[in-house]
Amino acid sequence: MRLEEALLECRAAGIVGDNILGSDFSCEFYTHFGAGAYICGEETALIQSLAGNLGQPWSKPPFPAVEGLYKKPTVVNNTETLANVPLVLKNGAEWYREHGTPDSPGTKIVCVSGHVTNPGNYEVEMGTTYRQLIELAGGMRDGRQFKALLPSGGSGPIVTEDALDASCSYEGLTAFRSLMGSASVIVMDETTDMVWAALKMVHFFRHESCGKCTPCREGTFWMEKVLHRIYSGHGTEQDIKLLESVANQITGKCLCALGEFATSPVLSTIHHFLPEYKAKVSNQPVAVAAD
Amino acid sequence: MSDLVTLTIDGVEVSVPKGTVVVDAAKKIGNDIPVFCYHPKLEPVGMCRMCLVEIGVPVIDRATGEPALNEDGSPKLNFGKGLQTGCTVQVSPGMVVRTNTIPVTDAREDIIEFILTSHPLDCPICDKGGECPLQNQTMEYGKGTSRMVFSDKLKLDKHVPLGDLIYLDRERCIQCGRCVRFQDEIADDPVLEFHNRGRRLEIATLSDPGFDSYWSGNTTDICPVGALTSSDFRFGARPWELTPAASVCNHCPVGCNTTMSTRREAIADGRSVIKRIMPRQNESVNEIWICDKGRFVHHYADSPERLTQPLVRKDGELVPTSWDEALDIVAGRLQMSKDHVAGVAGGRLSNEDLFMFQRLLRKGLNSNDIDLANPQVAGGDVAAQVGLSQGSNLGDLGAGDAILVVAADLHEQAPVWWLRVKEAAERGATLIVLNARPTRLDKFAALNLHYRPGDAVSVVSQIVTRARVDTTDTPEDAVATAAESLINANNLVAFYGAEGLSYDETDMLARLLGNLLLLKGSAEDAQPHAGRVNNGLIAVWPEANTQGAWDMGVNPAYGPGYSPVSAAGRTAHDIYAGATDGSVKALYVLGADPIGDGLLADRGNLDFLVVQELFLSETALQADVVLPAQSWAEREGTFTSGERRVQRYYPAIPPVGDARADWLILGQLGERIGLGKPPYAASLVFRDIAKEAAPYKEMDYRTLAHVEPQWPIIGREDLYYGGTAYDNNAGLGQQWAATAESDSVDVYEVPAISREMGAGAADASRGELVVLQIPALYTADALTTKTPMLTDRLAEPALLVSDTDAATMDLIDGDLVVVDVNGNEVFAVARVNDDAPLGVAMLRGVRATTDNAPAMGKIAKRPVMEAVAV
Repeated sequence: MRLEEALLECRAAGIVGDNILGSDFSCEFYTHFGAGAYICGEETALIQSLAGNLGQPWSKPPFPAVEGLYKKPTVVNNTETLANVPLVLKNGAEWYREHGTPDSPGTKIVCVSGHVTNPGNYEVEMGTTYRQLIELAGGMRDGRQFKALLPSGGSGPIVTEDALDASCSYEGLTAFRSLMGSASVIVMDETTDMVWAALKMVHFFRHESCGKCTPCREGTFWMEKVLHRIYSGHGTEQDIKLLESVANQITGKCLCALGEFATSPVLSTIHHFLPEYKAKVSNQPVAVAAD
Repeated sequence: MSDLVTLTIDGVEVSVPKGTVVVDAAKKIGNDIPVFCYHPKLEPVGMCRMCLVEIGVPVIDRATGEPALNEDGSPKLNFGKGLQTGCTVQVSPGMVVRTNTIPVTDAREDIIEFILTSHPLDCPICDKGGECPLQNQTMEYGKGTSRMVFSDKLKLDKHVPLGDLIYLDRERCIQCGRCVRFQDEIADDPVLEFHNRGRRLEIATLSDPGFDSYWSGNTTDICPVGALTSSDFRFGARPWELTPAASVCNHCPVGCNTTMSTRREAIADGRSVIKRIMPRQNESVNEIWICDKGRFVHHYADSPERLTQPLVRKDGELVPTSWDEALDIVAGRLQMSKDHVAGVAGGRLSNEDLFMFQRLLRKGLNSNDIDLANPQVAGGDVAAQVGLSQGSNLGDLGAGDAILVVAADLHEQAPVWWLRVKEAAERGATLIVLNARPTRLDKFAALNLHYRPGDAVSVVSQIVTRARVDTTDTPEDAVATAAESLINANNLVAFYGAEGLSYDETDMLARLLGNLLLLKGSAEDAQPHAGRVNNGLIAVWPEANTQGAWDMGVNPAYGPGYSPVSAAGRTAHDIYAGATDGSVKALYVLGADPIGDGLLADRGNLDFLVVQELFLSETALQADVVLPAQSWAEREGTFTSGERRVQRYYPAIPPVGDARADWLILGQLGERIGLGKPPYAASLVFRDIAKEAAPYKEMDYRTLAHVEPQWPIIGREDLYYGGTAYDNNAGLGQQWAATAESDSVDVYEVPAISREMGAGAADASRGELVVLQIPALYTADALTTKTPMLTDRLAEPALLVSDTDAATMDLIDGDLVVVDVNGNEVFAVARVNDDAPLGVAMLRGVRATTDNAPAMGKIAKRPVMEAVAV
């Protein structure tokens, strides 16, 4: 809506549309609603969807900049990226570089959600630590203990307490085998069952997999089956190994990044919270605090 | 294509044309990189991930622009972040591909395991089992066990009819999308689509009726699993029980190479029966495709209605008799009527049959009164001079070339030609389509000219006139544009048919097009198109071997090889007139049904009528003697395609009853009237053909069986393009050279054009419209009606009228009408159709009568039948 309003303002000001500011340069903007498929965030799937086709990515090359929408060269950018452009143009690169870290200049809009007091979107300088982010969001909900966080929604590996002082930047989480990604930070406290969390995320990816390539289509389906078995107390020690193996079997073989993302909740939760998995398969009560 | 790129695959160097993908390059040196979704005839998509390999490209030193070197002097390679799909990556110079490393082997094993997680593994009851790429590759690359818990597998619908012809098993489907892409890219019938997403991704049909395409059977061939099966073959036999027999399709003049798979069946009393027909690769003819008519219309060979014994008329009844008695009667009666004997033949018989037929008539009975039973299209003599040159391949036409299609609807008459012309246009050839109405080829054409029905000849005449190089006109109108692009094309192929044309007009059309091919372009050193490879005339003949009939001399004016006869005999039209008025005393009807086709009212004043046929046709019912012939599936022979390619077919099933090969019957009759011992094999008849028909002089059954390696390699012993039927080890056939290839050909004389449209302008308000007959592939006839699964797809006899004319005539879509054309009444269903020109009614799905010229028709609604109380 805000974008639509901004476009209306621009049109009123004569800086969008035909003969911008009386020049012979014309540039029109169209907004188009997606139907909510996660995969249509992938640029080629987005283009397919925009053209009215099934939202499936294609194998690159051809890259969209060479052959994109209706087979014409196409540039795909996030609104956030575009929003930075006027600032850089207006104030110069030097000014822009004053913010953030040397490798990640500028600011970032971070979506903090989960077990924090004030979930919401926060614009912070790149390099802000995750601990600061949680404080910005009012600290942990009900004063509970921090357990883990997902720095980039379901698609980035989970990190634990030791990463809280890492910076929210492109380079900040490398040492913790994770990444900033989209900076949709999901914070989890001590009440969270990590097998449950992994199951939720794998369920999401299974549901959102477009089905075009084999490892993602079959792998996400299979991982959910195994995880569900473990979570519901019907799994065995062998199932944990199987789950890890299936996840590893997906990586490096998919057509786009979605399949790779789908493995990170599984592999990272097994890495950090193996005892919780073991407790599930030995029918021990899971060691999480009562909600 | 001369740009070769050299790369190394597993240490073996190979040079392939630029643009080749890694999988195909590897195939060239016998390295089979496994694939599921990739198919060499389709655009690569890289979705099954089976072809993952290590691909390294030379690192270029940015400073010098030279390839960077390792310390040991070898070129530095960048293998990227991981494995890459060999089906989507195009080769580049110095590329190094590794297909036998541990990561590659592991990836194959992993992908197989993934694909099998939800696959039902019902191989023991699967039609594909035994020739299944998934089965083969599982054996080769899989690990033999699965870690997927059985109860976790998806359970899906196993018998989903996509249409009357094709069934989908959703459990077996591995979502490779070959069928979807085939229908979209090759067939231009995008009636299949992926539906849903993720593991619920499934194939669905979008058309009504379901899977509405003439090409649907091909998807069962390219399906790498048993997900798509045909209603004809499913649950019919296991592939390893099948015996393949190479054949040639006998439904249209394309001459698609096919393989018949046969099996002995208990339910057929131990006889071998045809279980399926699949394409046999011939990249110059049909590549690896056939239309559904060629695939499914074979049941007539096994039909219980087939004639199994000779019949003679005794006391007014046709009664079974012995061959000896029947042949004696026929020989005796024909000799009694000597000098008044005529013969008509069908164009779906072999060259051997047709040659022996004219030999019997001409040499045995001294008659030149021999013709095709329903000639429709003239110009065989023109094609012999300026026809498509030897060595031509429609697959070679592309940018800079031109194709002209006049008065033909290739999609309905010769589907594989439609496909190959469309492909040529997609490669950049200039396609010009001239017809009285829109056809499926129009959308691929650079130029469509829709003339008034009957105006084909005058439009082509204008083009040829304008195309003369002495004209200094700048291209102003469509005709001039057409002429310009045709005459200056690098290569020019012209197809012509008979839609809206009388027989004589098709002759004029052939000659005009001949003249077009004989013209020189405007360039200094321009040569005529005729006589050059990938140039020439192609007649869209009404039957599969009409070309062969011309070549064999089943023609009143020409003997075998277009040798002129001393005195031309009667044409079919005159023969039928003679039968009625009594000047023809005995008529030999070979593989045709002139009475059933409305060409001849009845046997008239004939003293003697002999019919040699598969079925007791309407003509046979009036015959004195009926001789049971073998179908093409039961014997060997040759057909000559419209591209003048002589092709061998082989026996697939044993003869039905006492039926004999047509050429043998004719030889045995010849023996009785003094022509000597008959040849005892089709190959020996062909030897006689080679002696008498000059264009065939270089050929014999061995040269026709010659094969050469073809590309892409499909149907070899490899594991992934599968199927035993594609392999062509039985002959690619031989094109014979047109006169223009070695000698000069004079410009044809074309008589002045005069068209009398009979009743003048149509007056729709009085129920009059000009009736134009148009073809439909599935027109109900003696052969198509024997295939049960096609019953619901047979073209309804329909009268297509524009909405304006329909309104004037008070017709609504679905009205039953009776059309009176020159006293012949035809029943049809009125269909309002935008393709019908104003004042013209298009009659579709009705068996052709003698003349395709538009005629004035009187159209009346049929009274609605009232239900009769019982």
